[in-house]
Amino acid sequence: MKVLAAMSGGVDSAVAAARAVEAGHDVVGVHLALSRMPGTLRTGSRGCCTIEDSMDARRVADMLGIPFYVWDFSERFAQDVVQDFIDEYREGRTPNPCMRCNQHIKFDAVLERGIALGFDAIATGHYASVVEGPQGKELHRAATWAKDQSYVLGVLTTQQLEYCYFPLATTPSKADVRKEATDRGFVVATKPDSHDICFIPDGDTRGWLAERVGAEAGEVLSMDGEVVGSHKGAAAFTVGQRKGLHLGFPADDGQPRYVLEVRPKTNEVVVGPKEALAVSALVGATMSFAGANPADSGYADDLSDDDGFACESFSVHVQVRAHADPVAATARVVGGEMVITLDAPLLGVAPGQSAVIYVGTRVVGQCTIDRTESALASSSPRA
Amino acid sequence: MGIYLDNQATTPMSDEVKAVYLEALGTIGNPSAVHQAGQRARAQVEDARARVATALGCDTVEVIFTSGGTEAINQALKGAVWAKKRSEGRDAITRVVTTGAEHNATLDALGWLAEQEGTDIVYAALTSEAVIDLVHLESILESQEVTMVSSLLANNEVGSIQPVEALCALAREHKTPVHIDAVAACGYLPIDFSALGASAMSVSAHKVGGPVGVGALLLSRTAPEIQALHHGGEQQRGRSGTIDMAGAVAFAAALEIQERNRLTQVDHLRQMRDYLLEGLTTACPQVIVRGSLDERLPGNAHLTVPGCEGDVLLYLFDQHEIHVSTGSACQAGVPEASHVLIAMGVGASEARGALRFSMGYSVTKSDLDAVIRAFPSVVEKASSAGLAAG
Repeated sequence: MKVLAAMSGGVDSAVAAARAVEAGHDVVGVHLALSRMPGTLRTGSRGCCTIEDSMDARRVADMLGIPFYVWDFSERFAQDVVQDFIDEYREGRTPNPCMRCNQHIKFDAVLERGIALGFDAIATGHYASVVEGPQGKELHRAATWAKDQSYVLGVLTTQQLEYCYFPLATTPSKADVRKEATDRGFVVATKPDSHDICFIPDGDTRGWLAERVGAEAGEVLSMDGEVVGSHKGAAAFTVGQRKGLHLGFPADDGQPRYVLEVRPKTNEVVVGPKEALAVSALVGATMSFAGANPADSGYADDLSDDDGFACESFSVHVQVRAHADPVAATARVVGGEMVITLDAPLLGVAPGQSAVIYVGTRVVGQCTIDRTESALASSSPRA
Repeated sequence: MGIYLDNQATTPMSDEVKAVYLEALGTIGNPSAVHQAGQRARAQVEDARARVATALGCDTVEVIFTSGGTEAINQALKGAVWAKKRSEGRDAITRVVTTGAEHNATLDALGWLAEQEGTDIVYAALTSEAVIDLVHLESILESQEVTMVSSLLANNEVGSIQPVEALCALAREHKTPVHIDAVAACGYLPIDFSALGASAMSVSAHKVGGPVGVGALLLSRTAPEIQALHHGGEQQRGRSGTIDMAGAVAFAAALEIQERNRLTQVDHLRQMRDYLLEGLTTACPQVIVRGSLDERLPGNAHLTVPGCEGDVLLYLFDQHEIHVSTGSACQAGVPEASHVLIAMGVGASEARGALRFSMGYSVTKSDLDAVIRAFPSVVEKASSAGLAAG
């Protein structure tokens, strides 16, 4: 088939492209230019769209003997990922920009262009599997749990899955990928993994946000509404955050305090003890299903549309961060919202994060968390 | 190799030039060395210099070999500004008049001068065909003291030929030196440096079938002094660095061949250009031809395709083994939005769908038929892929 290999200049996408070529596909390499002002050289493990990265990707494509092009999606990226990141923080939410990039850029804008140009699949270096299930393509975790990236792909839709090709799906470990890259003579074999937000190259997310969201001093409140300190700008705080509160004096019980809630409208940050971070349910209206929907998959018994989109509850595991452990829960869709009721409370979940639901190794879907319900009996829902 | 229609990016070297180049590479000796080996190398350099001078209508002493067009342009502009500051003091006002449709070598060098030297850069107005507005230029020259005027001889993207004779005459009235960027025009338009009366002119070897890494700055013997870009022996007039003898020899040979082709085949090239433009606009009537229709480089066809991205069009032609360009500069493989089209008043969205076909003298009708045949499906696919920002 005709495969569009997205090549970031990193080792994973290089090996993925090589495997696609080796599998006999007709492969074209594409590097996405996502930054309007790309740096020239990579610095450490930060960033992923410098000119050096583009040159690394090109070099690999040359060695594979495949055509290589750079596609400029910097405008879309600025709008759908970077601006979204800023807007979400401005609303007191904690977004995942990598998921937004997968959702709006890699598997939307790029894939859309690829399909229009006659490609049958897009190959990336993600560690995840696409499996042919009874109701069509399914997204599953990678063979190796430690490298599994199915969480950030949780936003893929059924239609997008039809075009996804993850050649690293069954790779036992990253070491294997690096070894394969070395054996193939790729200069990127020993390149560090990127693990920061690519558009904040110095890693100072708070400083970066303060410049864009604006920072105005405000009050830090206890759960009872008592002023316990001040801050330099609410938007830079994240639910669950413990460091950087600078409260100056300990809580009455001497226990550390955590950010429980960020209220951008009133520029307030609410803090409290660790147990107050515990949430019992996650609710979000922006959702998607990867592959056949829960009713068709036999996870839920009924699917009715009298109240928007609704389904019976079904047992899942939910994951709220890329590297978080999945926890048992029950999911249902009611009144146009996905409601995920946790079997045991989960600490520090912020609105804006994505809750990806799994049944076994299969990614069923996800929602962006709009609000959580506190596990403390006396508390009301937080938004 | 497929069908190569990107001669304004670089032009293939003919077997004849390759043979000359290889033979010259076999000559031992630094052209500046005193011994006989050096003298033999020097003789080849001076022979090449004389031949380039003849081809471009200047004196031998007016030809300074450089590492290419970019160096020549930088030398002309920075050299003029620095010379003025050297003679009148660091605080002397320096001002360069140019247009927004120049090559990046000019615009970036002037941007640097503005930032580092405080040089005032004044942009003369352009017509919608990317031709300099001489009335506006005159008003600038009348109202301000200008260190240098810099203009293309022909635009490298949209092919429009500039009224350089009138421009030079106007500048002469105001005793203002002129630099002409003839990189894109050299080999396609007649050039008579002395008759034109410019102070300086930049040309490049690889745009006329010579090697990359060689070019020349023509600097009039009567031009105001210029300061060197770099220092270290001044092996040529105002230019330091070992002279690339083989490069100079190959440049001279390529330029002569190109001039010969121009004299005999320029009409053919014009006909091919018009044939291509006619074919493309008939096949896809929505496209808009950019640049001057009458005063245009003989091998240049440039158009924009509404609703399409230039790099997608380029990619699709590439799949047909047809090698074309968006015309604008690339940054790490990404074509920039064409500053030329923007300067002509084309909207940002329309400017994205730019395509430049630049033909050499060897272009054939069957090459162009293949392009015209492929065009509708290329446009159809690119239209469905849409705009990246869409």
